Amino acid sequence: MATSSSSQTFPVQLAAPVTQEQPWIRWTLTLLALSFLSLFLLLPLMGVFFEALKKGWDVYIDAITEPDALAAIRLTLTAAAIAIPLNLVFGIAAAWAIAKFEFYGKSILISLIDLPFSVSPVVTGLIYVLIFGLQGWAGPWLKEHDLAVIFAVPGIVLATIFVTVPFIARELIPLMQAQGSEEEEAAIALGANGWQTLWYVTLPNIKWGLLYGTILCNARAMGEFGAVSVVSGHIRGLTNTLSLHVEILYNEYNFVAAFAVASLLALLALLTLALKTLVEAKVAQQIRGNHS
Amino acid sequence: MSTFKQHSVLPGFNLALGFTLLYLSLIVLIPLSAAFIHTAKLSWPEFWNTVTAPRVIASYRLTFGASLAAATVNAFFGLLVAWVLVRYPFPGKRLVDALIDLPFALPTSVAGITLTAIYTGNGWIGQYLEPMGIRIAFTPAGVFVALTFIGLPFVVRTVQPVLEEIEQELEEAAAMLGATRWQTFRHIIFPAVLPALATGFALAFARAIGEYGSVIFIAGNIPMISEITPLLIITKLEQYDYAGATAIATVMLVISFTLLLFINLLQWQARRHNTKV
Amino acid sequence: MSIEICHLSKQFGSFSALNNINLKINPGELLALLGPSGSGKTTLLRVIAGLEKADSGQVLFNRKDSTDKPIRDRQVGFVFQHYALFRNMTIFENVAFGLRVRPKKQRPDSREINRRVTGLLQLVQLDWLADRYPHQLSGGQRQRIALARALAVEPGILLLDEPFGALDAKVRKELRAWLRKLHEDMHMTSIFVTHDQDEALEVADRVVIMNRGCIEQVGTPGEVYEKPANPFVYEFLGHVNLFHGRVHQGHAWINGLKIDVPEHAGAEDLNAIAYVRPHDIEVNRISNGEPALAARVVHILAIGPVVRLELAGKDKESPDSIHAEISKERFRELQLARGDQVFIRPRRLDLFPDQAPDGLMH
Repeated sequence: MATSSSSQTFPVQLAAPVTQEQPWIRWTLTLLALSFLSLFLLLPLMGVFFEALKKGWDVYIDAITEPDALAAIRLTLTAAAIAIPLNLVFGIAAAWAIAKFEFYGKSILISLIDLPFSVSPVVTGLIYVLIFGLQGWAGPWLKEHDLAVIFAVPGIVLATIFVTVPFIARELIPLMQAQGSEEEEAAIALGANGWQTLWYVTLPNIKWGLLYGTILCNARAMGEFGAVSVVSGHIRGLTNTLSLHVEILYNEYNFVAAFAVASLLALLALLTLALKTLVEAKVAQQIRGNHS
Repeated sequence: MSTFKQHSVLPGFNLALGFTLLYLSLIVLIPLSAAFIHTAKLSWPEFWNTVTAPRVIASYRLTFGASLAAATVNAFFGLLVAWVLVRYPFPGKRLVDALIDLPFALPTSVAGITLTAIYTGNGWIGQYLEPMGIRIAFTPAGVFVALTFIGLPFVVRTVQPVLEEIEQELEEAAAMLGATRWQTFRHIIFPAVLPALATGFALAFARAIGEYGSVIFIAGNIPMISEITPLLIITKLEQYDYAGATAIATVMLVISFTLLLFINLLQWQARRHNTKV
Repeated sequence: MSIEICHLSKQFGSFSALNNINLKINPGELLALLGPSGSGKTTLLRVIAGLEKADSGQVLFNRKDSTDKPIRDRQVGFVFQHYALFRNMTIFENVAFGLRVRPKKQRPDSREINRRVTGLLQLVQLDWLADRYPHQLSGGQRQRIALARALAVEPGILLLDEPFGALDAKVRKELRAWLRKLHEDMHMTSIFVTHDQDEALEVADRVVIMNRGCIEQVGTPGEVYEKPANPFVYEFLGHVNLFHGRVHQGHAWINGLKIDVPEHAGAEDLNAIAYVRPHDIEVNRISNGEPALAARVVHILAIGPVVRLELAGKDKESPDSIHAEISKERFRELQLARGDQVFIRPRRLDLFPDQAPDGLMH
């Protein structure tokens, strides 16, 4: 086999890298993936703006500045403004308990925090109706005191909180677990109390994770449809959030207005994606422990 | 207390855990238990008849069938998209990568109306499909399209990090042993991403089953044909049939929790599978 | 199989990983590529394997039809630094992989595969682990399985990338001896990469010392240790004292010590560095008339047959610490203790004059 007389060379520079596919396979797969994404992501996104601007700018501006639309914007902002701070506090508390301590039932607690993600939005709405609705547990008492939760703003806020409970906590837990608790222990050893440790040591270390979770939480809070739909009662100007307003306009065949309001929410989604992409790198940096 | 929690010098455990449990109980656990308690008021035959009525069965069939189909399509294309994003350079890659999460960020009602607009008879895609006799909007196919849209990020985002972490050495080792690229994919890469793929599939499936907003606009909501289970709950609620709505909701909750358990198992297995050798 | 490497170069961006490498590897030889990280040794190994493509140059195997050979037909066995065992397959399946992925016509039947895999597992003395998974094995066992897997395809040459790099010291020593013995039994042309000079000197037939993409020296372990070709090899192989001095017409002055260096008769007043191995340093209690350096004993390590001394020169120009090694008997004779004054002189040294005038080098 080894005949030194017939030794031949092979030009190593022709050898293709062994972990790469041939160019035609690469291009076919890339094209296929991009086509699928164009069909299912890009086209629907463009559709929103196209339909919204179909009748021109004037109609568009009118649709998003009429009183009911403005009321919907106000309610959407209000619900988010209440839900986010509460979930922020919850997220920090939960992450502190889970990431900094070892205790029994921890993994069950983590699963419980994720629970709202696996509940259908419609079911979420329904369970609040079962509690606060007229035939619900608290219904008669609320009526007696002339209070309303269902078909009123508190119901919308509650439903919004429910569907956004996990967002901030599930960002903070892995981040804080990855960072460990050495820095906090050092702070305590140097005489800081718990609040000082949280404020001066922990929060600066998790600020990007907090921001990231808040961005996601906000997107869902402002966009939630199913759960809010069940508890809202769809009273225009009173219990209508932006995404519910889209539905009402659409069902009235006022398509241009529906898409105009929808385009506001689509812009919010795009803003969310942009911020998320920017903050993602910072979060990865903090996980690696590089606080620059 | 000492056996329940390991010792730590850090303060605030009782406060943090107490607040966490209180908040979860008030917002999530007690309201969820309401569904089960209300259902318990029904007798077994009442419950059984409600959740197995023909219209309800038809809605299960549609919801599960369309969710399964959508999750399957997403598993296939999600793997493809993740592969292309991780392995191949192309212009605008960062933009495409960011856009993957659009279904997470876009409110479902917005997704619903724009998908409907695209797939109706005179929409961007519908106008080409309709002459061929293919109707998407207001048919079960529309449900499938909407569920594919909302499930898309799940597979991509679970498979992507796993693909990124596959050591190049493994693929080189396979090549050095004489494997073709396809054999390397089949025997080395695919088994490595399979647990993540299964998790992504299950997440997309679970999300699809409960989905409401993006579906109702495009589905047409014809009883027995294109009516999904969550819509049926709303319909019963609007007819003040609280018992019926709650019974169906309970069925959905049980299914969701089973899926959640299953997904946790998958993720646990994926983590075990990916312990470095 | 012999390998010949001609004018091989490779750049990674502006970094020159391989710079015009020429090397001939004899059939049946066990060759070590030794160098610090970034010296290009792993790149060279990967180019030989076909895992990396070179920018220019050629690799010659003495085989007939190698021109357009894809990697799968090259018959190269490769053992990866981190073993790269397939974690979803049993040990048996890992070793059988190379046989199972062959095209149908060349694939042995399952009885034959079974026979060959079992044989290889016996060769590496791990046949009792056939049904385990990689994560159930220790580092040393994984290493041996990786080797068995590479041998399963009956390669003409065997390439090993840092084969002992990921193991702890004790296992590493055992595996070295084992690999040496395995190579003697099989006599397959083998190349391994290492950054550990002891490993290279102990295991290899010949050692190639690389630095910054170039080959600094090629030779048997004895040659490179006894006659390092240049300062880099001296310092990389380590275990050496470095002195600065001057050289002029066959004489060197090192810390005031005048030493004859006839081989540098042509040198005209140049800066020079001199290397002296610790065991080439003569230690005396009193000056015996011959010129010597005064030094103080700073530390004594008297374990085993060789006693290691750390000395500090009295002279300002002396290195911060000088290492000397003397036998136990000599140590007893001298009755040294910490702080004692001694006189030292090099029995043998290697001198490297600066080629360039002052200030241009380094």
